[in-house]
Amino acid sequence: MTRQMTGAKMVVQALKDQGVDTVFGYPGGAVLPIYDEIFQQNDIQHILVRHEQGAVHAAEGYARSTGKPGVVLVTSGPGATNAVTGLTDALLDSIPIVVLTGQVPTFLIGTDGFQEADTVGITRPCTKHNWLVKDTDALADTIHQAFHVATSGRPGPTLIDIPKDVQFATGTYVPPAKAKTSRYQPQVKGDRESIEQLVEWMEGAERPIFYTGGGVINSGTSASTLLRELVDGTGIPITSTLMGLGAYPASGKHWLGMLGMHGLYEANMAMHDCDLMICIGARFDDRITGRVDAFSPESRKVHIDIDPSSINKIIHVDLPIVGDVGHVLEDLLTIWKSRGRKSNKEALAGWWKQIDAWKDVKCLTYKNSDKVIKPQYAVERLEALTRSMDRYITTEVGQHQMWAAQYLTFDEPGRWMTSGGLGTMGYGLPASVGVQKAHPEALVVNVAGEASWLMNMQEMSTAVQFRLPIKQFILNNERLGMVRQWQQLLHGERYSQSWSEALPDFVKLAEAFGCKGRLVKDPAELDDAIREMIEYDGPFILDVMVEKHENCFPMIPSGEAHNKMLLGDAAATNAIGAAGGALV
Amino acid sequence: MNALKIKKGSSRKSAYDLRDPHKDVEEKHTLAVLVDNEAGVLARVIGLFSGRGYNIDSLTVAEVDHLGHASRITIVTRGTPEIIEQIKAQLGRIVTVREVHDLTVEGPSVERELALFKVAGNGEKRVEALRLADIFRANAVDSTLESFIFELTGAPDKIDAFADLMRPLGLVEMVRTGVAALSRGAE
Repeated sequence: MTRQMTGAKMVVQALKDQGVDTVFGYPGGAVLPIYDEIFQQNDIQHILVRHEQGAVHAAEGYARSTGKPGVVLVTSGPGATNAVTGLTDALLDSIPIVVLTGQVPTFLIGTDGFQEADTVGITRPCTKHNWLVKDTDALADTIHQAFHVATSGRPGPTLIDIPKDVQFATGTYVPPAKAKTSRYQPQVKGDRESIEQLVEWMEGAERPIFYTGGGVINSGTSASTLLRELVDGTGIPITSTLMGLGAYPASGKHWLGMLGMHGLYEANMAMHDCDLMICIGARFDDRITGRVDAFSPESRKVHIDIDPSSINKIIHVDLPIVGDVGHVLEDLLTIWKSRGRKSNKEALAGWWKQIDAWKDVKCLTYKNSDKVIKPQYAVERLEALTRSMDRYITTEVGQHQMWAAQYLTFDEPGRWMTSGGLGTMGYGLPASVGVQKAHPEALVVNVAGEASWLMNMQEMSTAVQFRLPIKQFILNNERLGMVRQWQQLLHGERYSQSWSEALPDFVKLAEAFGCKGRLVKDPAELDDAIREMIEYDGPFILDVMVEKHENCFPMIPSGEAHNKMLLGDAAATNAIGAAGGALV
Repeated sequence: MNALKIKKGSSRKSAYDLRDPHKDVEEKHTLAVLVDNEAGVLARVIGLFSGRGYNIDSLTVAEVDHLGHASRITIVTRGTPEIIEQIKAQLGRIVTVREVHDLTVEGPSVERELALFKVAGNGEKRVEALRLADIFRANAVDSTLESFIFELTGAPDKIDAFADLMRPLGLVEMVRTGVAALSRGAE
């Protein structure tokens, strides 16, 4: 069935046919026809953000907490350029989003028209794929393709640039079933012989470890279920990247905690000393590997990833398996079971004994205080008071993000939204808006630092307008904490531009936005403040004044190996060599 | 990997690899990339190379199948074996890329380049230029009393050799198309 309609109507129809219920966006001249169509329907709700970057992060939060693609609608020129940070963020974290941008009419393209920018040119390197649609007849097909590409294979952001005259013109609508999406079909099944080889290695391994990442979560909830069955069946310890938290439950018996630069001691030591590393849906990022030529020197490495370009990019692996995590895990479990569910029990017991000894180091210990709130304590109390709730967490970027990853626990995938790859300050608040929109009844907390939070604070206004009761849990040290920490460790304690004077009064700011705020300084009042935040029926800003000079540990100093972790301030002086100092 | 003196190793695209990058041996590879013939596809390929810091020695592109909307890009690139593998995998990720073939490893192939040389001079040099052109089977496609334009087709080293010979004989300017390549045999 085909129908004639305007390009603008086609956009809305295509979104409906793709099952979209929410669009995050901001109107402008070049998208007015589409906004006119949005006005005349009720199936899709439009969330008016206050800045286009916020729209993209909100869509990311929506996508990560639902598994569905997030949709953004912005205007040409500045609307599109403001979306670039969000697109890059989604690309690095493999988040499926579809961004629709308006463009000047086709006859004005190339004339430096008002609010004209070369949107497809600018966004080419920060999208998985993008299109400029010059013909209304091709519009519906292109939108369906954009959804297909964004959600298939390794997910990512796609963008469609739609000139205004294409929105006004009439063309033929093509439903999703008839769209030409067949050509892009990434391989999802892993090579069976390779999987059999992996099972054989797993059965004999003495010190195996699972190292999992965001790919498990992107593969869908069934992948997490399969992972749990595999881990608990084999008894092999498991660690995860920042992106993969929640795929295996933090309450699980075989959980080692997060690995990486600020990962747990036991996780990093186990990675360094293992004899079989099974990487599932992670990509050997430099925050994970530390010094590459000293990375897990004694292990055989297996890498399961849907993206062939992730294989051997940074670490040479002995057994690559290209395929979707869920499909590969399913085959892996079937083969492992059919061969009699074997594992090297005796060796594993010894391995666990070693791991328990590492755990006894208790690397997350910190010196608490009854005078000032320690940031770690604040996150611990947040955890204690919200653990049992239907809870989603977003974060900004910096020390607070690492403390949140260390002290909060996640038992389900899709509950933890953080900017891992790009490290985008200003991500958490708009992301919490998107998460809350998708889960109106849930508790959504953005664990933030005051500096990051200020970068997109305008989105509080969005939350108030749409009655999204997001909780902003700001660890306020009046510093750019992570920058300050690196300056202390690396630049002779010369704290260049890493503190903020003239910070706003966050309580008054909350009132100005039309929501509620509270300041808390006294550790004894912290629990009460957190409770008030949770119980308040609306958006809430909790300004937690914390210790100003607390450093985030444990830490692998840059340029070092996993087994060279620093556990506290005493060890950190001069820990970073000249070569390491050049790294980020 | 053993030549790289690392145990079970790593490649060289990480900021955290502190090894000497010059130790790895670079190889030259010719890649044939079949792409959808649509706006921006060349920009995607070139952007990939510049964005990720890969080398391009030569690049040619033209539509090869009008009805099938296919273009063929031939890229000559250099890199360590790991980088070459990365380049191929990264090219394969581009949604509008249909096939990537490494002609250097997929068996024997034919490589040709077309070049035009403008050579100006008179007297003995002019005669010598014409004689060498004959030896190289270059065609004179334009001539004035003071100059020739020679057209030469051949493998890149043949073009290089001819250019070297023309230089002392009055080479004014030259242009070359870059490498076009096909694998040998019926496939």
